[in-house]
Amino acid sequence: MDYATLLQVLDSTVRLATPLLLACLAGLFSERAGIVDIGLEGKMLAAAFFSAAIAAVSGSVWLGLLAGIAASMVMSGIHGLASITFRGNQLISGVAINFLASGITVLIAQDWFSQGGRTPSLMGGGRFESITLPFAEALRGVPVIGPLYYELISGHSILVYVAFLMVPLTWWILFRTRFGLRLRAVGEAPEAVDTAGVSVVGLRFAAIAICGLLTGLAGAYLATGLQAGFVREMTAGRGYIALAALIFAKWRPWYALYACLLFGLLQAVALRYQNIDLGGFIIPVQVMDALPYILTVVILAGFVGKAIPPRAGGEPYVKER
Amino acid sequence: MTDTPAIELKGISKAFGPVQANKDISIRVMPGTIHGIIGENGAGKSTLMSILYGFYKADAGEIWVNGSHKDITDSQAAISAGIGMVFQHFKLVQNFTVLENIILGAEDGPMLRPSLARARGVLKQLAEEYELSVDPDELVENLSVGHQQRVEILKALYRQADILILDEPTGVLTPAEADHLFRILDHLRAEGKTVILITHKLREIMEITDTVSVMRRGEMTATVKTAETSPEQLAELMVGRKVLLRVDKTPARPGAVLLDVQNLRHVDDAGVERLKGVSLQLRAGEVLGIAGVAGNGQSELLEVLGGYADATGSVTMKGAPLPLSGAGSDGSARRAAGIGHVPEDRQEEGLIMPYTAWENTVFGYHRDPRYQSGLLMNNALIKQEAQDKMTRYDVRPPNPNLAARNFSGGNQQKIVLAREIERDPDVLLIGQPTRGVDIGAIEFIHQEIIRLRDKGKAILLVSVELDEIFSLSDRIAVMFDGQIMGERMPAETDQTELGLLMAGVTERPEGSLIAAVDASLHEKEAREAGQHD
Amino acid sequence: MDKMPAWADAVLVPLISILLAAILSALVILAIGENPVEAFKLMVDGALMRSTGWGYTLYYTTNFIFTGLCVAVAFHAKMFNIGGEGQAMVGGLGVALACLFIPFPHWSVALIVATLAAAAFGAAWAFIPAWLQAKRGSHIVITTIMFNFIAAALLNYVLVNLLRPVGAMEPATAGFPAVTHLPTFQDMFASEGNPLFRGSPANVTFFLAVAACIAFWFLIWRTKLGYEIRAFGHSESAARYAGISPVRITVIAMLISGGLAGMMALNTTMGEAERLVLNATEGAGFIGIAVALMGRSHPVGVFLAALLFGFLYQGGAELALWTSIPRELITVIQALVILFTGALDNMVRMPLEKLFLATRRRSS
Repeated sequence: MDYATLLQVLDSTVRLATPLLLACLAGLFSERAGIVDIGLEGKMLAAAFFSAAIAAVSGSVWLGLLAGIAASMVMSGIHGLASITFRGNQLISGVAINFLASGITVLIAQDWFSQGGRTPSLMGGGRFESITLPFAEALRGVPVIGPLYYELISGHSILVYVAFLMVPLTWWILFRTRFGLRLRAVGEAPEAVDTAGVSVVGLRFAAIAICGLLTGLAGAYLATGLQAGFVREMTAGRGYIALAALIFAKWRPWYALYACLLFGLLQAVALRYQNIDLGGFIIPVQVMDALPYILTVVILAGFVGKAIPPRAGGEPYVKER
Repeated sequence: MTDTPAIELKGISKAFGPVQANKDISIRVMPGTIHGIIGENGAGKSTLMSILYGFYKADAGEIWVNGSHKDITDSQAAISAGIGMVFQHFKLVQNFTVLENIILGAEDGPMLRPSLARARGVLKQLAEEYELSVDPDELVENLSVGHQQRVEILKALYRQADILILDEPTGVLTPAEADHLFRILDHLRAEGKTVILITHKLREIMEITDTVSVMRRGEMTATVKTAETSPEQLAELMVGRKVLLRVDKTPARPGAVLLDVQNLRHVDDAGVERLKGVSLQLRAGEVLGIAGVAGNGQSELLEVLGGYADATGSVTMKGAPLPLSGAGSDGSARRAAGIGHVPEDRQEEGLIMPYTAWENTVFGYHRDPRYQSGLLMNNALIKQEAQDKMTRYDVRPPNPNLAARNFSGGNQQKIVLAREIERDPDVLLIGQPTRGVDIGAIEFIHQEIIRLRDKGKAILLVSVELDEIFSLSDRIAVMFDGQIMGERMPAETDQTELGLLMAGVTERPEGSLIAAVDASLHEKEAREAGQHD
Repeated sequence: MDKMPAWADAVLVPLISILLAAILSALVILAIGENPVEAFKLMVDGALMRSTGWGYTLYYTTNFIFTGLCVAVAFHAKMFNIGGEGQAMVGGLGVALACLFIPFPHWSVALIVATLAAAAFGAAWAFIPAWLQAKRGSHIVITTIMFNFIAAALLNYVLVNLLRPVGAMEPATAGFPAVTHLPTFQDMFASEGNPLFRGSPANVTFFLAVAACIAFWFLIWRTKLGYEIRAFGHSESAARYAGISPVRITVIAMLISGGLAGMMALNTTMGEAERLVLNATEGAGFIGIAVALMGRSHPVGVFLAALLFGFLYQGGAELALWTSIPRELITVIQALVILFTGALDNMVRMPLEKLFLATRRRSS
């Protein structure tokens, strides 16, 4: 493999890791606050559709982005209503949200556009353009570093940079601010937060709102950045891979970045090479497809360090009697 | 001193579903006093105080603090009214440091750093002033329960509470630690702070309080000056009739050794060694009481003997060795060997709460061929036997079709007792037999235990209630930190000696008791923190 | 005392939940410019008014009974098996291998062997998550989700690289031998003069599903294994106290669960397609979640809920045929049913409990 190919694979790794990373950080906020979210997939899907649909209708990708965020926020709201307000089962609520998004996106797409459940292809202002960073053109000729900067670091859409900046920001919020302290506390011991005079419900809704915002960005990036429009089921399990990455990362922001880059790399490799020939031994593409899931199972099995989730995760907060 | 009460509750009522927890309760607590609230389990004490702290909302009634009417809708409102509360089950974030727990909810601004710095200073002051020292940077999960309680008190003081509520604070403490706590409360009172102490222990009320209110079945039955009452009178007010505070029994006639336990060791899932070489012998016709503060390995001892925790060492039952891990080491095998077990926690272990009473009467014995007919279970027979057992043990209501959760604590315990005793085991393990049980049922349960002993059965009694240990045991072993610290005959020891043993102090120290206890507990904490890493 | 009488808990709460889901579904239909009443009529017409419609409805019902029981048995042991889809896929592989490679003398023998193969393959796919949950504490919800994806990749590989007939383009096995074809309802009930169930896929597997419901009831409420599964589901600590091994119950309950999911493949693979195709399960594994929730994990409830979803599936197909409403409407309804009968259960329950409490207070 030559340097140019390597850069191309890494470049596509970054693109493919972006939606995973945004969704993973979304899940991180939610689960750190004690709300397990297996509905990441559905929220992303809803955001992908509405961002593409509104961008297609209005011609403005920014309006699309807002619509996408709004859609996944609504989904988050349903999840919150079920799992916080009515203390329902968070897993079941997440499953419901995934199906709701899967059905409603196609239903509305068909109603609005009649193109078999897709949106029209986005053009011009309907998509996020890639940004050329300063000096990218000028440095392009410099050996090694030039192409690296030009191909890999420069030339992505704004949401890619947002996603990567979210990592230190998330870390800072969680571990350096009052909000972060309370957020982590409510995922570990909501009764401690409650008796300290802070609203458990408020904190948890704040967490899932952030989760909605981030999955909104993730979905919008899928439909208006990575691709040019919405097709049915376009998230293709990314929400679950993000969930896997979250476990892989043991609910920590920097590790989330590494996990998502790893899974992004797997996807990039699977996309570029169908079957990988390792000197006569062929790794079929299906293995590459399944690898993130297999890795997650291995991690969950505790063979590579134990993943301990937030203690109050998945349990609705009920004042004890 | 003024005449304005620090706290005045007027006509507080609260229902949980069909259960009326508090009925029209009024109470006045004067500033600078320690006010006790005593009552049986389920009398509504904790509910009342949780309402005062804004944890629950009352259905009716008013709360007045220092002469002004307060609308306490949540804990924030209570905190700003100067009220702090130390719950029976601590409200701490286990994997946060002490400092983080202290500032949680009382931060100075949106950034953590300045809050942490200020809290560190304040904490140092408070620690010196009230003898409440804890390492501010230690994770709470590494602290002993006694020190976790200190963190809770510090939390309240950091929020400048003038009124401090403590809910059953001594349940997790050794007697010496409890004395230390009372000294702190004394100090707080001297500074003009108001303390409300919830307890079910008459001795504590008599020892420290100025006034005491008695609750029974959700109602306030009396408020009296402590100096003008007696334990007997309080007990009668609690129960509504005269009660026997002693158990009548004849001296034991111990027979052959039935259960011989040698060098038992158990390591829990987190890798912490919970039993560190426990040896004891249990004879027919005696009650061996295991005293100790909760969390010193008693639960694990019961689990190992009951067959559901693995261990090394040796246990023989009537001379036959019992496997302590792997196949043949489970609850069914132990039952088959003649060991019955009334577990410490009937709701989490002894009963399946949504199961009917009749289903629960065979729980653990459900594989008995007697209860099978072909591939199916013989439910008709089980129901019939259940009705029988319930009548004999006076379970009320005697309806076997009712789910276990619908019985009171005492009646639930009777169902468990009926199940275990009716199988006629040679050895009965009993953990906390009267926890959360009303006094009427306590008398019944104590009589049953003695009756069983007199039939020549061997009984291993684990209880954190020292009074219960004293009144039932023929021999007392004290557990601390996974070890038996010593065995005493009840007639030849006293609460002070047992209390020291419970803190791991085997010889009566020359100087201060609490210093010796504290040193011993510190050592234990250090050992545990070491094991965690 | 319990807050509500048992009948209200078992019947009233799910009924109200379904009513809410139905109202919202009607609103969705309205929102996309169609008439819900007309749509409902069309669905009833297509699914229930002709024997062919019933043939489809019961075909889908069969799938959902199996996957519903699959989820239900896990629920009794307090596990959430989202892996029914993957277990059914792998179960299909078992059916295909049996049908393709064993020379059967008669369809009945084939059905018995294929049933065993389907159950064994489905159970095997559930075994690893079960074992990891029991021994390593790996959360079964996540592992079964992962195993769905792994199953899809596995099946893809097997169909593309191993079982695809030479020269064929489609990732599917060859057709099964004629002797393994199961009698359809048409074969069984139609006569010259009375052509019933014409062309519809309902087949003898339906009766197997009904038998599974009955066996399920006996297993859960009449055997000591059922006693232990339910006890474990209510309280793991109590189960341990009573000498019930958590590892054993977790594994057994999941094996039964996976076996039931695998048996669903009999209906789709052996009964209908008569070969194994890539997406044989068509999401039925997930519908099982809705079915089990709605049916309160009771076989009678599961049967009725499966029937409802069978009707919705067939009705939805009719809708997609005659109107502009896509089949995804059913996915939305399915989501709403899961939401209301599962996650928002308390929204219905809390006011009802208050109501019952108030009436009890008044009467006393």
